[in-house]
Amino acid sequence: MSDTIDLAAAGPILHDMIKVIVDNAALLNDLDGAVGDGDHGVNMSKGFRRTGQKLDAAPTGLGEGFGVLAETLLDEIGGSMGPLYGSFFLDMSTFLRGRTTLDRDGFAAMLRAGVAAVVDLGEGRLGDKSLVDVLVPARDAFDAAAGRGEDFSACLGSLDDAAERGFASTRDLVAKIGRASRLGERSRGHLDAGAASCRMLLHALADGLRRQLDD
Amino acid sequence: MNRIINDPDDVVEDALKGLTAAHPDLLAGTAHPRVIRVAGAGAVGRVGVVTGGGSGHEPAFVGYVGPGLLDAVAIGEVFASPTARAFEAAFKAADGGRGVACLYGNYAGDNMNVKMAVRLAARDGLAVRTVVANDDAASAPPDERGKRRGVAGEILMWKTAAALAAEGADLETVIAVAQKTIDATRSVGIGLSACTIPAAGKPNFSIADGTMEVGIGHHGEPGIAVRPIAPARAMAATMMETILADLPFARGDDVAVLVSGLGATPVMELYILYAHVAEILAEAGIRVRHRFVGNYFTSLEMMGASVTLTRLDAELDRLLGAKARSIGLTVTGDA
Repeated sequence: MSDTIDLAAAGPILHDMIKVIVDNAALLNDLDGAVGDGDHGVNMSKGFRRTGQKLDAAPTGLGEGFGVLAETLLDEIGGSMGPLYGSFFLDMSTFLRGRTTLDRDGFAAMLRAGVAAVVDLGEGRLGDKSLVDVLVPARDAFDAAAGRGEDFSACLGSLDDAAERGFASTRDLVAKIGRASRLGERSRGHLDAGAASCRMLLHALADGLRRQLDD
Repeated sequence: MNRIINDPDDVVEDALKGLTAAHPDLLAGTAHPRVIRVAGAGAVGRVGVVTGGGSGHEPAFVGYVGPGLLDAVAIGEVFASPTARAFEAAFKAADGGRGVACLYGNYAGDNMNVKMAVRLAARDGLAVRTVVANDDAASAPPDERGKRRGVAGEILMWKTAAALAAEGADLETVIAVAQKTIDATRSVGIGLSACTIPAAGKPNFSIADGTMEVGIGHHGEPGIAVRPIAPARAMAATMMETILADLPFARGDDVAVLVSGLGATPVMELYILYAHVAEILAEAGIRVRHRFVGNYFTSLEMMGASVTLTRLDAELDRLLGAKARSIGLTVTGDA
């Protein structure tokens, strides 16, 4: 058991994050197709696959890897998802710059920076039926667990559970933001595709970090 | 889908090849495959003027690159925002040392990508200011103007801002005139048939035969009412009621009028519509100083038209009349 992540050793977690998006591209397309134009999986996997190629050619630690991912998403994905995920990973990468390790409180600060970037850029709020419905509860659950004095790994567990609940909550929401908002009431009953990819990414990240902490 | 395409996923790339091959005197490629800049020296020593947006609106956006108009554009997939990196590359292509004005339309994807691109450019010390067009009067009530979409009125905003930049004005002044233009501009569209994004293969909205969607957006966004199809004079009356009351335009105003087809409506019918628009303006005591009729800002093969009015002061009148040359709009400057 450890309470600190070695950021250089955590680089391979990015491959887990890439794999979950690439493997689930069809599912993400289907979720998006129910209320939007059905290209979320195609777009996301394009950017994540390209990131994987870059990281295979030049492996990095977690912080630089977030930076490569951010730059690639900003390069390759237009629409809304490129800049939203791009700014999420860019601001987390910026937070990690110059650090070699990450502890519980550092992770909390990093996640707050990433979530703030998404909220600032997209101007989305909790309940709008978007990735914010995963990010904000996940961030708050991590902070609450840390406030109770739980260790890094347990806090990541709380984050993971909250992300899952946040994703599930999007089914009953009416979209207020993004293309699906045009459908109004008709968007209710469908899970949000952006929330789905976000939930997958946070799960892969939390899982990878916990494995290293519990080693 | 009876269309002149190759792979539906390649329509943007294939069209750009044709655009640059057909207009080497106006357009030049850049290191970024989705950024086109004006041929020649560009914005050296003056403010650069940039826009960007999804494809499928041709001649917008790339068709307004040229002397006296835009210096560079970022180009997205069909009906999708360009990437943040494409906007950033367009800013750099238009940088003549006095800053860049990015004048674009109010859509969620464009807003986010432009915002990110401005942040990326700032890291390299490039000053970019933005104006977001929201001239579509049918897309939200007057007290929620911030939610309104940008449509064909963007062209008039590009024209006045670029003309002022060509006179040597600084960035703040160019931004102010772009804002003044769009604040004085109102547009409305009528859709008569749906359109199909090639890669999707089928329309993602429908307009029943014999009906028209009043207030339709440039991507088929629902309008304010679906009505039975009406004669051209009644369509003109409906459209003019919407925009005249919104600004509002008043007796004695000078205006510019832009009537644009949405892609598949014959140009003959645009002139039929314009005749009625001109009549209505004459009856209202509003004087037309500039008029543009044609396919200026389209939505693939949608049938229908948009009408845009801009209230002019002496400055806007002068800037609209300044010399400019591009695929979509050429002003000789002789008038």
